[in-house]
Amino acid sequence: METAGGKIIQGGVATGTLRVFRRAEVPDSRDAGLTPDQEWARFEAACAQAGAQLDELCGRVREELGEESAAIFEIHRMMLEDEDYLDAVRDAVRSGETAGRAALAAGERFAAAFAAMEDAYMRARAGDVRDVSRRVAGILDGLEGGGTLSGEPVILAAEDLTPSELMQLDRSRLLGVITRRGSVNSHAAILARTMNLPALTGVDFRDGWDGRMAVLDGFGGRICVDPDAGLLAAMEEKRRVWLEEADLLQELKGKPNITLDGRGIEVCANISGPGDVDLVLRSDAQGVGLFRSEFLFLEAEDFPTEEEQFAAYRRVAEAMAGKRTVIRTLDIGADKRADYFRLEKEENPALGLRAIRLCLTRREIFKTQLRAILRAGAFGNVAVLLPMIISLREVREARELLEECRAELREEGAAMGTPELGVMVETPAAVMIADELAGEVDFLSLGTNDLTQYTLAVDRQNPGLERFWDPRHPAVLRMIRHTAEAGRRHGCRVCICGDLAADRELTAAFLRMGVDELSVPPSAVLPLRRWIRGLDLRGEGEAAF
Amino acid sequence: MKQFTYTITDPIGLHARLAGLLVKAAKGLDSTVTVACTGGRSAEATRLMALMIMGVKSGETVTVTVEGGDEEASAAAMERFFRENL
Repeated sequence: METAGGKIIQGGVATGTLRVFRRAEVPDSRDAGLTPDQEWARFEAACAQAGAQLDELCGRVREELGEESAAIFEIHRMMLEDEDYLDAVRDAVRSGETAGRAALAAGERFAAAFAAMEDAYMRARAGDVRDVSRRVAGILDGLEGGGTLSGEPVILAAEDLTPSELMQLDRSRLLGVITRRGSVNSHAAILARTMNLPALTGVDFRDGWDGRMAVLDGFGGRICVDPDAGLLAAMEEKRRVWLEEADLLQELKGKPNITLDGRGIEVCANISGPGDVDLVLRSDAQGVGLFRSEFLFLEAEDFPTEEEQFAAYRRVAEAMAGKRTVIRTLDIGADKRADYFRLEKEENPALGLRAIRLCLTRREIFKTQLRAILRAGAFGNVAVLLPMIISLREVREARELLEECRAELREEGAAMGTPELGVMVETPAAVMIADELAGEVDFLSLGTNDLTQYTLAVDRQNPGLERFWDPRHPAVLRMIRHTAEAGRRHGCRVCICGDLAADRELTAAFLRMGVDELSVPPSAVLPLRRWIRGLDLRGEGEAAF
Repeated sequence: MKQFTYTITDPIGLHARLAGLLVKAAKGLDSTVTVACTGGRSAEATRLMALMIMGVKSGETVTVTVEGGDEEASAAAMERFFRENL
């Protein structure tokens, strides 16, 4: 058994024969004896042919994978028409190169320019200009494009793989891909993700692995050849869960979350940053119910700037394409601390300077975040959620700051959205004034972890208190019911976004209380949706709490 | 000659797909359009690779210059393009 690790491009599990992919080398046909003019004419003819190939490929990809994937090959076509690229080829041809080698040399020259760029995304564009140059050179020297697959499905191992090569392979014979070089930002990687093809890069495989049995663990970022029975069984189990999830998505995609007796509830997902959005989209959640913005702060060495925050919020808002993204403002303090905040040590951090209290004390930090959220609102449906609220005064102060930011941005001529405003209900105080809060804001969001901690006076950080920790305590459930009723009275949406939202034994109770939305980890969205669609609330009494 | 400045808000900056759209839009105009950013980097808006290699990032401000042809209409079209896409 031999194994190698790699960077994950796309999760998933594949088991099958490993095949090492070899690209046909472009032959050195330097002395073909044609004049530069003749070589240039050959190049132009090959370009026309490559253009036609790319048009066809574009059409096929558009049909199979959608517009965004097709755009990759449209860019390839445009690269072939780029004046600077054509100039580089022309110069090389004039200096005596054959058309094929001139195309490769021009491709390398621009690839080097991309590879030298600062930005990882732009560096990965080197692969595109190489790909298109190889396509032209291949036409000129009569090479079969890329490789083809026949016979049994395989896991493909390649030095690197261009987007064209990947699209040329028969998907039904391809179980997964590993490459030695390449980037998770390459267009081939983006295509692999769109195809849901298990894939790794940066894998140091050996040519001797060709033809051997292998398992590719796209979730764990490992490949193993000649796996033993134990590993095979474990991977088979992983694969089963993965495929089941895919089936579940197929079954539920686009379907409403309605119980058998016709009660509906929204199911959204909780995220910690733009990196989680793919998972949300894959789960077909109705929105992001909780974006824990503090992770942008906890992962940073210093305060994230307005631009950094704006970029992160915008990315999520855009990716969610009109579905609501609820951004919880900075919930730092207590157990979540970052050194650069220079917070003083406290006796009782859970009851201390945290969340909204910190934001209303250090207003510049808060305003930077509010400005970034307002600006992101121009690119999608975002909402602001205030954590740890205990009074109406806090809500009004925060709203004033939000208005201040809006006025500033208007003055600056910046594009903005009009985000909804909501508050976290996670203290008994907020529950007791839920009516007043519901009259003031657009939505209430129950944070059941803190609500349990503050209601039961049980420190959730203390492992010794585990047996006293009971989020299903009647006191907590009554708090939730009280809040849901207040929301209903005022036409104010009520969401549960804590761990309890995913507790299936309580789903029926939440539906009865009239909770409008449950927000859970992305992986819990699909199973919960299926659970809801199987519930029938007829003929059962109100739960006893 | 007409000129305007624009601050890029796309999170990845002037990336491949957007550069491609810009090239298409600029090719449809009868004016010469140049995009310049700080540090003396500049490229004609019809040149895809040059635009990409400029590496314009999110938050960077570019100066767009329109020369020749119907400058008024071309500048207006470019301003609209930047606002809607970048």
